[in-house]
Amino acid sequence: MSRRQSLSLLKNLGRFTTQTRSVTYMPRPGDGKPRPVTLIPGDGVGPLVTNAVEQVMEAMHAPVYFEPFDVHGDMKSLPEGLLESIKKNKVCLKGGLKTPVGGGVSSLNVNLRKELDLFASLVNCFNLPGLASRHENVDIVVIRENTEGEYAGLEHEVVPGVVESLKVITKFCSERIAKYAFEYAYLNNRKKVTAVHKANIMKLADGLFLESCQEVAKKYPSIAYNEIIVDNCCMQLVARPEQFDVMVTPNLYGNLVANTAAGIAGGTGVMPGGNVGAEYAVFEQGASAGNVGKDTTEEQKNANPVALLLSSAMMLRHLQFPSFADRLETAVKRVIAGGKCRTEDLGGKSTTQEVVDAVISNLN
Amino acid sequence: MRGLSMRLFLVSLRVFMVITKFCSERIAKYAFEYAYLNNRKKVTAVHKANIMKLADGLFLESCREVAKKYPGITYNEIIVDNCCMQLVAKPEQFDVMVTPNLYGNLVANTAAGIAGGTGVMPGGNVGADHAVFEQGASAGNVGKDKIVRENKANPVALLLSSAMMLRHLQFPSFADRLETAVKRVISEGNCRTKDLGGQSTTQQVVDAVIANLE
Repeated sequence: MSRRQSLSLLKNLGRFTTQTRSVTYMPRPGDGKPRPVTLIPGDGVGPLVTNAVEQVMEAMHAPVYFEPFDVHGDMKSLPEGLLESIKKNKVCLKGGLKTPVGGGVSSLNVNLRKELDLFASLVNCFNLPGLASRHENVDIVVIRENTEGEYAGLEHEVVPGVVESLKVITKFCSERIAKYAFEYAYLNNRKKVTAVHKANIMKLADGLFLESCQEVAKKYPSIAYNEIIVDNCCMQLVARPEQFDVMVTPNLYGNLVANTAAGIAGGTGVMPGGNVGAEYAVFEQGASAGNVGKDTTEEQKNANPVALLLSSAMMLRHLQFPSFADRLETAVKRVIAGGKCRTEDLGGKSTTQEVVDAVISNLN
Repeated sequence: MRGLSMRLFLVSLRVFMVITKFCSERIAKYAFEYAYLNNRKKVTAVHKANIMKLADGLFLESCREVAKKYPGITYNEIIVDNCCMQLVAKPEQFDVMVTPNLYGNLVANTAAGIAGGTGVMPGGNVGADHAVFEQGASAGNVGKDKIVRENKANPVALLLSSAMMLRHLQFPSFADRLETAVKRVISEGNCRTKDLGGQSTTQQVVDAVIANLE
């Protein structure tokens, strides 16, 4: 999601008059044909927020229609037909799946990413105008390797009471995530890519990751590249987050960095993101912490739909419907800037449905 | 005197304007799809079906058929002579206009003229498989000899068309950068070619655009 594009939308928020139109997108004949998107409402507040997206898409008459699948985090494996559907549609929108803690049940979220080889996870953490946070000028995109590292799922009990967990880093995966990060920076007019690592300790594993990043960096001389050790990175994120632009990380650090960055910029309830591979893309709330919500949030129906709405705008852009994406983002940003209609996590009292209604009434 | 005898052949010329359902339908579909995908609210069909009842009548029928499939978009029709008058009197009433070939040429050049000149309006040609981007309004697009000699042609139209091309190629961030830079140069006002009332050469405008890229 281009920050520049966001800026030009923001300039008009104060006036609420005609939207400044950029020079147009000239579609190919047939581009307006409705596209099917697989939908996974999921657990907890997942169905609440995916329903919010469905309502807004309907209100915009967006050229997408959803094919829903019933998936829950405690299922032993992904249901029949789900993978075929995603492979046919190429794009999926997902609420959260609640992975049971311990117990040896593998995470369906992780399974889905591995089956579809969604090797890049992207979270855009930025200040939303009107939403107070401790730091201004934050616009960080965290690109996280999504298939290996600490999430390889290779654990075994050597002897009772002793467990070994394998972290796997490969040149192949490191190279492709580095390539994706630099290509993303290039295509989105970003100036800097920072690699996050702990190669002073994990000299071979994270060392291999860094080598791959350094190789790719040479091919993009106009993009600045630097490296930061993950503990310093966490400290810098909470002290001076404006220094970061695009960050590329292995799996676990990416999870932590993304959630931290989301927290400092406004909260996990508002940051969009997605997972992409060579052939498929699954869009979901950017930062994973709390994406199935607490029981009270589910009961009171006041989950924040903003993150998934902004992710669905990224999905619309991915499907090449930029005008619908712009309308959706403008409406959401107006509602947030307006300040009256916010869910509990942003300090307000509105329910999910009230936010959805406000977004729909702000569509132009 | 026999003299020369000249034979005068009276030649009657018949000019055929060909309108087909196939072509009318596809251009109407493109216009409505364009409006839908670009959040435009209204499509106006331009015609002279009061005179060319069959030809332009067929064109209008195709537009009406397609309009039914887009209930969210307003559709209306306007006779081309009234259209030209309305364009110069109250152009804000128009949004997307769909026209057969000749009227389109005239309407496009008129609209370009009232909005700022043919030197700045972007455009392109697209088909099912290919796209060719060029300056939007065709009038004067090869320029006068003097403009060629003095290198004072306005590059803005083609720069904005190339931004449309970048969007068509799915490089929206580059398209945005280019458009922002061009719009800054125009709005600042110090660097304009002769057709916009300034004194700059093409190269000076290009340098200004490059300096304004972020």
